[in-house]
Amino acid sequence: MIKREKMTHKNIFKLFLLFCASAQLNAQQIPAPKQSKSVLILNATAHLGNGTVIQNSAIGFKDGKLTLVADASTIRLADNAYDTTINAAGKHVYPGFISPNSTLGLVEIDAVKASNDDEEIGSFNPNVRSIIAYNSESKVVETVRPNGVLIAQVTPRGGRISGTSSVVQLDAWSWKDAILKENDGIHLNFPSSFRRTGNWFEPGIIEANKDYPKQSEEINAFLINAKAYNQTASKERNIVLEATKGLFDGTQTLYIHADEEKQIVDAIQLASENGIKKIAIVGGFEAYKAASTLQKYNVGVLLRRVHDMPTSADQDVNLPYKMAKILTDKGILVGLENSGDNERMGARNLPFLAGTCAAFGLDKEKAVQLITSNTAKLLGIDAICGTLETGKDATLFISEGDALDMRTNKLTTAFIQGRNINLETFQVKLNDKFKAKYNQK
Amino acid sequence: MKKALLLLFLSLFLTKMHAQDYFPVNESVHNKSKNYTVFTNATIYVTPTQKIEKGTLLIQDGKVISVGTNITIPKNSISIDLTGKTIYPSFIDIYTNFGIETPKSNLPPGRNRNQIYDTKKSGYYWNESIRPEVNGYEAFKYYQPKADELLKAGFGVVGTHVVDGVAQGSGVLVALNNEDKSKQIIANKITNHFAFTKSALTSQAYPSSLMGMMALLRQMYLDLDWYKKGNSETKDLSLEALAANEKLIQVFATEDKLNSLRASKIAKEFGLNYILKGSGNEFERIEEIKNTNAKFIIPINFPEAYDVSNPYLSNQIELTDMRFWNQAPTNLKVLSDNGVVFALTTDKLKKIEDFKPNLLKAIKYGFDKTKALEALTTVPAALLGKSNEVGSLKTGSYANFIITSGEIFDEKTVLYENWVQGSKFIVNDLNAKDIRGNYDLTVGKDTYKWKIDGTTEAQKSEITTVDSKKIKSTFSIAKNWITLIIKPADTIKSSFTRLTGFIENPQNLSGKATLSSGEELIWNAVKTSPFVAVKDTAKVEKPNPIIPVTYPNVAFGDTKKQIAQTLLFKNATVWTNEKEGILTESDVLIKNGKIAAVGKNLSDAGATVIDAKGKHITSGIIDEHSHIAISKGVNESGHNSTAEVTIQDVVNSEDINIYRDLAGGVTISQLLHGSANPIGGRSAIVKWKWGSSPEEMLYKNQPKFIKFALGENVKQANWGIDNPTRFPQTRMGVEQVFTDYFQLAKEYDENWKKFNSGNKKGKAPRVDLELQTLAEILNKERFITCHSYIESEILMLMNVAEKFNFRVNTFTHILEGYKVADKMKEHGVGASTFSDWWAYKFEVNDAIPFNGPIMHNEGLVVAYNSDDAEMSRRLNQEAAKAVKYGNISEEDAWKFVTLNPAKLLHIDDKVGSLKVGKDADVVLWSENPLSIYAKAEKTIIEGVVYFDIEKDAEKQSAITKERNELIGQMLQEKNKGNSTQQPTRKEKKEYHCDTLEQW
Repeated sequence: MIKREKMTHKNIFKLFLLFCASAQLNAQQIPAPKQSKSVLILNATAHLGNGTVIQNSAIGFKDGKLTLVADASTIRLADNAYDTTINAAGKHVYPGFISPNSTLGLVEIDAVKASNDDEEIGSFNPNVRSIIAYNSESKVVETVRPNGVLIAQVTPRGGRISGTSSVVQLDAWSWKDAILKENDGIHLNFPSSFRRTGNWFEPGIIEANKDYPKQSEEINAFLINAKAYNQTASKERNIVLEATKGLFDGTQTLYIHADEEKQIVDAIQLASENGIKKIAIVGGFEAYKAASTLQKYNVGVLLRRVHDMPTSADQDVNLPYKMAKILTDKGILVGLENSGDNERMGARNLPFLAGTCAAFGLDKEKAVQLITSNTAKLLGIDAICGTLETGKDATLFISEGDALDMRTNKLTTAFIQGRNINLETFQVKLNDKFKAKYNQK
Repeated sequence: MKKALLLLFLSLFLTKMHAQDYFPVNESVHNKSKNYTVFTNATIYVTPTQKIEKGTLLIQDGKVISVGTNITIPKNSISIDLTGKTIYPSFIDIYTNFGIETPKSNLPPGRNRNQIYDTKKSGYYWNESIRPEVNGYEAFKYYQPKADELLKAGFGVVGTHVVDGVAQGSGVLVALNNEDKSKQIIANKITNHFAFTKSALTSQAYPSSLMGMMALLRQMYLDLDWYKKGNSETKDLSLEALAANEKLIQVFATEDKLNSLRASKIAKEFGLNYILKGSGNEFERIEEIKNTNAKFIIPINFPEAYDVSNPYLSNQIELTDMRFWNQAPTNLKVLSDNGVVFALTTDKLKKIEDFKPNLLKAIKYGFDKTKALEALTTVPAALLGKSNEVGSLKTGSYANFIITSGEIFDEKTVLYENWVQGSKFIVNDLNAKDIRGNYDLTVGKDTYKWKIDGTTEAQKSEITTVDSKKIKSTFSIAKNWITLIIKPADTIKSSFTRLTGFIENPQNLSGKATLSSGEELIWNAVKTSPFVAVKDTAKVEKPNPIIPVTYPNVAFGDTKKQIAQTLLFKNATVWTNEKEGILTESDVLIKNGKIAAVGKNLSDAGATVIDAKGKHITSGIIDEHSHIAISKGVNESGHNSTAEVTIQDVVNSEDINIYRDLAGGVTISQLLHGSANPIGGRSAIVKWKWGSSPEEMLYKNQPKFIKFALGENVKQANWGIDNPTRFPQTRMGVEQVFTDYFQLAKEYDENWKKFNSGNKKGKAPRVDLELQTLAEILNKERFITCHSYIESEILMLMNVAEKFNFRVNTFTHILEGYKVADKMKEHGVGASTFSDWWAYKFEVNDAIPFNGPIMHNEGLVVAYNSDDAEMSRRLNQEAAKAVKYGNISEEDAWKFVTLNPAKLLHIDDKVGSLKVGKDADVVLWSENPLSIYAKAEKTIIEGVVYFDIEKDAEKQSAITKERNELIGQMLQEKNKGNSTQQPTRKEKKEYHCDTLEQW
């Protein structure tokens, strides 16, 4: 063990004071300033996010980038190599978790329409961009960070093509500052081959969707048109078609939201026939049945919330929990997403979705990958984040214990691009306030 | 002579117009005939069990005069020889809507029905779904096309009524007598009908749920009793009609096995005797159905096989639905084997002509033929109290009978005539001459070969040339007349030859031929060889192998009800929830459904020993706030107070979520009414004894609870601005609703106490189920679990309670409890909350994950609950969040989902910890139950293992196997050319507090 313990404690104490000071200033936490001093985290169990664990690690970063990821017992460092050293013996370090297909920052309170900015009207809206509506001041956003979720893909909802998403880091003064990857992809809600009859009040039966061929053809027609438009510099601007350019030149991903086997196969065929290079499935409940297509076209899956019910009474009651393992075993690249009811406030439970996948058979480090490197690859941000590897962003955190288990997920420190972010929330302040109330007795 | 013929013709005509004797006759003179009709040499079923060979049936004036073998035939008899034919009493269907249109709603769908209580007409019951004043005979209009369909199927008498509402009014018994209108009504008021359906004609919101209908029925019967005793100051025409209908046959259309149990529960409570009109799924809960001791009316609308040729589509079909297709034809056999008395009905059939094939199917699947005949004749007659008039051919009965070619339940048997009250309805020609055989046909100089085959009733013909070339021809035979059109081989000229002829001698047919030239000739045909029936080998269909019924009859059910075991778990980590704390390397012995011992080195000779080294044992998880396994509506949203309804009426024992909860270690749940109204309904505390009936699942001697609610849901805050349907719309109004109702309840209680202490003299107060329930709260006999969010409303309700001198038992949700934990402690209320929910609506903006821990630290009893079908199976993980966010000790955090909810529910004397003598509600975990990696390996209730992770794997492979087997059977069905239905699936709706539905 390298001896620097005393200093470490002092540093942590200072940092702690800084937190307290900032906490009193404002309800929302103040975004951390650019990393000015280099940091070394020593002796933690490091989960690199690529399947590797370093039991006694040395993780160093300067100017927001990782400079050192190594086994502490095998390296020697000069005393002054890093400005700050954190001794994290007995603790765990992870790359920041990534929440894809999220509406964080787009909606504040579900039931208050005025606070909802996630869904436009109309069918084909690739030109609608979520990033400009992302509220970096959202109270919800600050509550997901203390559990390790540091990056999110902000995604519009609704329609056939909902719009264009962007990937953000979750500690910023504005949406512009938050951007990790702007306009990373376009989201297509592929029609279901089934339709629900009745209404929410009197639900009817589920039957075959007779309009399915027509609806798929509409998408096909749109893509053919879009591709043709983007072949040449067009004389007349069409902002809808223009917005899809990245799909055809390989700079953007087409995220196909689909759960059924047939949908998935049809959608991938349709997209690749139209020359779309990067495809990811979002949802993918039956993706395991379409594994050969997924493999053939090298398409990964952002698997729908695994804390969910089976889709039929006949299924294994734990099927959703086992799905990530089933897909991983078939060689499919899998990330986890959390859309659905209570999705924003539930985003802080993303680590536990991965934990459940581990409980039901997936190797624990592979479970970590579900919310780190795999998702980074699927979102096309793996060059800058998703693993603890030198050269990548220093977006990582230290937890008291296994971060995939709520029993031990307790963050002490988190960094986004090397910036030591404030893990306090308005909820912590309310906790403090009312603890204080009862201490007045 | 001509005049005589005319008179004869007229007299026939007049018979058709026959009316009652005292009706004026202006067409001619009175022409009454007292002639007899006698049917001789027939096989006669006087009743299903009394059969006479070569018998004689003598009828007159629409009645049976005598039946037997040694009958004196009066001289003025018209005799019909029925050698080789069989006579059966014609069938009775008690439950139809023949001749009565079912009312349809013209109201817009959705929830915006107003809560109006002033009925359209004056003087009727306050709720418009109670319509005993409606009389079927007043709405009835004889509809011959439908009568013809029923007659063709063998029916002679049907009951019919207006199918609308909860209390639907009286039914009429009708004879399907197409000829004599005056005789059609046999009894104008014979049955009195009930159902779990809201009236289509009302715009009232109440009742919106099944439990609301149950409560409404109870209140109706209580009101009836009170009214009959002369306690009412006002007139109620509905209750008067109901009183008058009490002497009728009471028929309750339940349309489901569990609903049959529900209706019979009401029958028991009020000493009633309903005939239950079921749905065909009775076999799935046959024990309970049998134990109702009720008699039934059963439909036979067996489902068609699904078209499973497309695997994508067929994946959507639930095993339960496939299995039901396979098992449904056995329902009648199962009912009959269990001694359940039932009549059959054509109700719910797509078309009446499906009746016979479906019944034959039931017979193929083991239903006894005599029982089948009884279920169509003597049983319904007895159910109606009309055994002397219908259902048999005993002397004095109506002459309602059918004439068949043979045994009625044979596929090939032909129904010739259906006589109702002596009026003949011809289905097939009784006297059709059988001319089947091979003939040489000569028309002028042309000769042909002529083959006639088919059945006697549907003879088919084929014309060929002498050298066997087929010639186009059309053939028909009716009333002994043959018509044949031959189109000669020459296709250019369209020259037809038309042949007609009256059959005199089947060996030698002849008649007149008209050529295309108009020339007329005589044709004749000489039989060369008789008809030889082709042996019917292909059509012997074997019945499908039947999938055994499971309990419940859904995926993951068990074929046998599970029994309690003696189990000894060795060397586990034992979370006692008692002062012993968490024991390591310890044993737990379960015996006779109880915790028998907890400690080290235990042994028991009779026990199954389970090595639990490295594993953890806890008491079962208790979910204080759940909405799973509820039938048809979690909210009775029709009124702002619905204290009269109870979830105990609508527990759905067949819900797969029960099994899923068990897989998550949950053994007990409180099923709460939703939160649509300030005063909701009563709760059900249930033990998840998978496979048991709803009654068996109810926690024995359970403490009484009721759900209250505050905040956005009850003030309809998220319904949109155009939808304020009732008071209250603000938190201010909510307080007033409570104060108002408690004041009413107080006065109600005082009135009753006064009446009871005054030796019950004078007019009795009315029993009001709603106020009675609220009075129980005031009298500290019932506890409140109140849905709540923000500080102000929490204080408000405690305030109201204190003014009325009682205490709120539990605040559920209680997301701002941390702000007023001291006040709650003072009041003495407990808290059942979420670990970390927030942000889904405005009132949860200040909800924090430290809420539970703060309340716990302030000394409140704190539980974590689910309010969500999915989360309820991960409550162990939710408990762990108390450790994560609030640094609560693991031992205490675990109590958040076990002992603490038991305390809140006042059942901790029996459950909630591993204490000797408590119920053996135990879970074996693969590791520390607070860990996300923990899995429930065994979930045990009272010593019975209801979930076992190894058995679960076996069940999964059995499900796959069964699906494949059933898909195979269905594919075969399609190959056989039988009609199939498109794959569909019922959407399963998971209930939350704010789920509103209209049933």
